Amino acid sequence: MYEGVSFIPMTWTDMLYLAPELSLAVIFLLLIVLDLFLPKRVSRLSIGWLTFAGLLVSLGLVIWRIADMNQAGAEAEAIHLLSNSYRIDDFGSLLKIVFLTGTALIVLLGLGSVREDEAITDKGEFFYLLLPAVIGAMILSSSGNLITLYIGLELLSLTSYVLVGMRRKSSLSAEAAFKYLVTGGISSAFVLFGMSYIYGVTGSVDLAVIAAALPGAIVNFKALVYVGYFFMLAGFGIKIAAAPFHAWAPDVYQGAPSPVSAFLAVIAKGAALAVLFRVTFNTLLIAANGGDATVSDDIFFALLVLAAAAMLAGTATALRQKNAKRLLALSGVANAGYMLVPIGISITVVHSSNFSEFVYYLVAYLFMTVGAFAVLTVVSRAAGHEELKAFSGMYYRAPWTAAAMVVFVLSLAGLPVSGGFFGKLFILLGAANAKAYWLVAIIVVSSVISYYFYFGLVRQMFMRSGSDDRELRVSGAAGVVIWLCAIVTIALGLFPGPLMSGIDAVFSIRYDLLFG
Amino acid sequence: MSILNGLPILSFILLSPLVGLLVILLLPKERSSWMKTAAILTTLVPLALSLWLYAGYDKQQGGAGYEEQLSWVEVPLNKEFQNGVAEFVFKFQYSLGIDGISLPLVLLTALVTAMAALAAFHIKKRWKSFFVWFLLLEAGMLGVFLAQDVFLFFVFFEVTLVAMYFLIGIWGYFHRERAANQFLLYNGIGSAIMLLAFVLLVNTAGFRIEQAGEQASFIYSGSYADILRNMTDPAAWVNMSPEQLGGINPFQMTETMQWVLFIMLLVAFGIKLPIFPFHTWMLKVHTEAPPAVVMIHSGVLLKMGAYGLLRFGVLLFPEQAREWAVVLAALGVINILYGALLAFRQQEFKLVLAYSSISHMGIVLLGLAAFNELGMQGALFQLVSHGLISALLFLIVGSIHERTGTTELSELGGLARSMPFISGVLLTAGLASLGLPGLSGFIGEFLAFLGLFESMRWLTAAGVLGIILTAVYVLRAVLKITFGTQPEKYGALKDARLIEAIPMIVLLAFILLLGCYPSLLTDTVQNSVGTLFEPLFATRAGG
Repeated sequence: MYEGVSFIPMTWTDMLYLAPELSLAVIFLLLIVLDLFLPKRVSRLSIGWLTFAGLLVSLGLVIWRIADMNQAGAEAEAIHLLSNSYRIDDFGSLLKIVFLTGTALIVLLGLGSVREDEAITDKGEFFYLLLPAVIGAMILSSSGNLITLYIGLELLSLTSYVLVGMRRKSSLSAEAAFKYLVTGGISSAFVLFGMSYIYGVTGSVDLAVIAAALPGAIVNFKALVYVGYFFMLAGFGIKIAAAPFHAWAPDVYQGAPSPVSAFLAVIAKGAALAVLFRVTFNTLLIAANGGDATVSDDIFFALLVLAAAAMLAGTATALRQKNAKRLLALSGVANAGYMLVPIGISITVVHSSNFSEFVYYLVAYLFMTVGAFAVLTVVSRAAGHEELKAFSGMYYRAPWTAAAMVVFVLSLAGLPVSGGFFGKLFILLGAANAKAYWLVAIIVVSSVISYYFYFGLVRQMFMRSGSDDRELRVSGAAGVVIWLCAIVTIALGLFPGPLMSGIDAVFSIRYDLLFG
Repeated sequence: MSILNGLPILSFILLSPLVGLLVILLLPKERSSWMKTAAILTTLVPLALSLWLYAGYDKQQGGAGYEEQLSWVEVPLNKEFQNGVAEFVFKFQYSLGIDGISLPLVLLTALVTAMAALAAFHIKKRWKSFFVWFLLLEAGMLGVFLAQDVFLFFVFFEVTLVAMYFLIGIWGYFHRERAANQFLLYNGIGSAIMLLAFVLLVNTAGFRIEQAGEQASFIYSGSYADILRNMTDPAAWVNMSPEQLGGINPFQMTETMQWVLFIMLLVAFGIKLPIFPFHTWMLKVHTEAPPAVVMIHSGVLLKMGAYGLLRFGVLLFPEQAREWAVVLAALGVINILYGALLAFRQQEFKLVLAYSSISHMGIVLLGLAAFNELGMQGALFQLVSHGLISALLFLIVGSIHERTGTTELSELGGLARSMPFISGVLLTAGLASLGLPGLSGFIGEFLAFLGLFESMRWLTAAGVLGIILTAVYVLRAVLKITFGTQPEKYGALKDARLIEAIPMIVLLAFILLLGCYPSLLTDTVQNSVGTLFEPLFATRAGG
């Protein structure tokens, strides 16, 4: 397709399409310099506010891009940069909105908690390092070929390794950073190894070319195609912490500063899921159209098995968990499973709304998880530890914060009235539509098991009395995050329609994902 | 009251507890008497409205004229692979309605909740959150009986689950946390199975195509009316075989799937009812939850199971239900005998009543299994009657426990001497429970057994045995408490205060009223049973 076409260089108009990423990069560089020259006595929180502002600017640019592209409806052609190595389409833009919103909330949360965390020595660095990480996530969701994809993945991973180890005076944090570095390295190696096979059998790193060449490759090198995809699956499986590749998650989340744990749980996971979505749909669905569908069916089935394993392993191991942060990590494993479902069920004649199901759940998951982590930072700072016991008697100490936590718990457990309920319901309806009844049963079973440990938090907050009965102090920034998340979670549970219609209005599976 | 005509009265009933809830949230924390007053006044609103609704209910017209529909969730689906489709959506509606089956239960809910609010003087701590959860529970229960959309029904069902969890876990007795957990997990499994069944139902029976000129709309609807219509319409997609449509029909519901769905619904609602062997959780709840909450639990929440079974299990899957009528009847008989025998063996009065509930709910199953008009009427009558009686009994249990600090039969005795009023009411409630003619318990049992006798004589005979056992265990427990020697320490106990006496008198009045004028209830039920079940009974007579 692109054979013989020489590399197309960037033009100034192309730079405009990259404005969201570039603006973040510029702010990042400025903040490094600022941090270097700013006198010691000036609070580094100002850098946090600048980071926050930068994220909002980028968010505005992405929204402007979506509005600009969809003037004539959802079926706008995607924009290809650098020989289709970078795609500007609604798939990427919608996810970028999610990632930027999430990171902004996390920065806000950090503004409330980092100041008092003495283990974090470089407070300025903590904030501006989130920028390259989120740029990595944005590149991942926009990548049109395997090389761009890998660059995004590494940018995200390398900065997260540093962020996890940010609490320099804590040995737990150092241990977590080391563990994350090693497993993350293995993950990258798996992804690269898989990619090399795909490149080997199709002769290209461009997703569109791979899709076109795959039917032929399947005929000639069936086994190698399997190897390529399965290794990539395993690599991304580590990144999204889906069982059986999840063992690192509790340790790393526990050691990392809470806002960083939230970042790993939402943005890093979401970005890896997004790229998995893009790669499988873009290459395998089209390939399945062109001939032998058994290979793509098998790989989609493997995704479903991964999803089922993540749901069951995540909920089962969380049952006996006594540490709140590890609990949230394992809950993240189960949630990765739920979000893998819309990817793995592929599309059928009557069902192709996978993307809106996925994004809806991701948004609901973003708000409930960040909210839960925000409450956790408040509680654990007061108690000095992160055990479940820290929540005991919270009803007496901070009734409204406890009420907000109930909202997050209900949402995580998938009970109405909350965003998590509709998120799960849409995924369930989709899976039932695709006739994956066994998976529907597993989703429901794992949700019920999860009641036990999610409601363990409620038991601590409302039914036990704690040793400490001083009023719980909630810092302004953390309070804003908690209430914003609680309100959005309830709003998503009362009126799921507008978000779903919004996604449907701009997203076209044909033009924003498969072809175009 | 004619000013109320034309207003969304059902929404008023449903939302009034929520308004009261907001008011209570804003009241200052230390003013517990304000909160109690506000809660009691709040519960009177749905009671007054549903009484008015009941009085003005036109039996011929049924629920028509009361339906309320608002578009709630309209989720557009991707239609890029369906050519020429104008619209492809999931539609769930905020849709409320009543008929002769749900209206009595709405009234029962409002009545029992108002009485329970009066009885909530037992609550000694955290009044604000108690009444918040209490009113949320009321809204949930009313919603369950009013909802006409499967997902709206589910949402309300889950609201009651969460509210009950808090009410048991915070204000219960010593083992409250364990009781709350068991309640949550058992009922969580039940609701999960129900959700699964609903999802499959909407995916098949909820699908329809609306043709408007050239444009077609593909719609998945959660509306109960749509699902029922599609299930009974042979030309609906759900009933077409792939051959009829030339190859594929992803919306067909095969017979296997019908059976699977029916059994799933039976289990889901059977846990709530509860059907033996899914009953263990409710024993814990009955002994551990605070009296005001048990009144509601035993009086209304168990009825949601029966209502769901009737509305979704029997009405949507009549073929399956009819084939399994014997199974339902057998389960009913097991419930009756098992509950009665174990009630006889209990030393704890609350457990006697809990097992008695299992036994009485068995009669509801018998009525459903009879598959004729008498049986259905009996089942519904029994639901309302048992709701009133068990609420009254648990109200008395609360009063006795407050005074003596125990509900062990061995430690109680001779209370009639110091508390003649409470003992008198207890005796009457006991007699109502064992089915004395002239009180409401008799009518429900009589109708249900009469209905079943037409179709299954031997099972009826076995079930009637339960009535004798009921007399034995009720009299054993009630007589032990009221008569016999009175322990020294109970000599100075005070009889009922006004705030306890009011709910007792009101509930007793309704029990007597229904016992003497059963037509007050049966007339309302009759017409709806007639129209709703006509197809079922008709085919039965034919085949």
